[in-house]
Amino acid sequence: MTPKDAALRLARRGQIVTILALVGLVGVYVRAIVYTPTEASQGLAQKIFYIHAPVAIMALGAFLVTGLLSLVYLWLKDLKIDRAAASSAEVGVVFSVIMLTTGPIWGKPIWGTWWSWDARLTFTLFLFLMFVSYLVMRGSVLDPEQRARFSAVFGILGLVLVPFIHLTVYMFRTLHPDPVVIKPSGPSMPAAMTQTFLLSIGVFVVLYVGYVMQRHALAHLEALHEEEALGDS
Amino acid sequence: MASFMRVVTAIVAKDLLVEWRTKTAIVASLVFAILVLAILYFARDPTEVSSFAVAPGALWVTFTFAAMVGMNRAFFLERENRALDGMLLTDISRSAIFVGKMTANLLFVFMVELITIPLFVLFFNVSVLARLPALLLVVAMATLAFVAVGTLLSSMVVRTRFAELMLPVLLLPFLIPPIVGAVQITARLLHDRPLTEMMGWLKLLGSFDIAFVTLAILLYEVTLDE
Repeated sequence: MTPKDAALRLARRGQIVTILALVGLVGVYVRAIVYTPTEASQGLAQKIFYIHAPVAIMALGAFLVTGLLSLVYLWLKDLKIDRAAASSAEVGVVFSVIMLTTGPIWGKPIWGTWWSWDARLTFTLFLFLMFVSYLVMRGSVLDPEQRARFSAVFGILGLVLVPFIHLTVYMFRTLHPDPVVIKPSGPSMPAAMTQTFLLSIGVFVVLYVGYVMQRHALAHLEALHEEEALGDS
Repeated sequence: MASFMRVVTAIVAKDLLVEWRTKTAIVASLVFAILVLAILYFARDPTEVSSFAVAPGALWVTFTFAAMVGMNRAFFLERENRALDGMLLTDISRSAIFVGKMTANLLFVFMVELITIPLFVLFFNVSVLARLPALLLVVAMATLAFVAVGTLLSSMVVRTRFAELMLPVLLLPFLIPPIVGAVQITARLLHDRPLTEMMGWLKLLGSFDIAFVTLAILLYEVTLDE
């Protein structure tokens, strides 16, 4: 099988995984609206939590994967790993945009304001901006090998920066709800809510995998195309 | 170790000498710093917000911008006539080159800041004399953080397209913790608050310095072309 066929096969498999995830997402919506009790004080607004929190978790997860793959790249020097890191960063940026739009929709009725310089919100905003600059930088380097090295350096710096930004914004102040799901005393929400929430996290994990598979296949095809173009000239 | 220090001193001396002979970057950075300070003085509603209230933020925004203007210079200097390649062809250690460039940047930015502080006192009518050693310590700690990450990133961006635009975009996320920390400490210093209220931020600045200076020295070699 040629590298091109392999990439196309990966893209097709990624599509299947993505479709499965989207069907699962419909399931999460139905379950959240029809079968999960409505929260007493927040009412229907709380329903967005089943999308907002899982997508936020996956966005952070995606960035973590990018940081770790950057480390692995410097060790193995395999361009495939660099492309995977970039794909994960791109999906992370998409998930961050969903997180940063669903958040204000919930914030307006509950906090009374669309935006607040709350610690967790500020933290994720900065993280999002950092990964946008990561992608911008990738676009400004032409040589694939150099691009991979620079991206890896930036990814590792970012990995170390995250706890510092976290500390900085927390030392400033926070407004987000205290942990509801993961805490020593166990989740303080009804079992039906926890189940919907966990189901949604699962769905977003699958969606992430599907997207990254497709993006990685695309990056591979791009690299092949670049090589061909260089070979012709 | 002796030769490591010799290389570092040689590079620092060379960079400062080049700067001394032309004085372009330092004059440009200073004029830039004064302009930013003046603009920030006027960028408020004087009936609502006192100049004292915006002073710490104004000082650090000015330092950040001036440092970025100055830092862009460090590796552009080496790009002309491919001077960096010449240095890399000798068998001196890569980390010595980096530490040399970083130290030169540090002295350069610190010099701009030292000249800006009296102007800041004058423009914003604040008294820092009693807390001057503490203020200088914070300035030194935050500047080290700026310069460590800035030198590493500028060594990369000189080899990208849109280099002058890329440095601020890549560098600013990394300056969030040191800037926020430095502004918090400066505000408390100007209000004569006790040291205990600044300890948390000082620890943050200190650990940031340790982490990123180490990381920058380790990662510099990776950014170089084979």
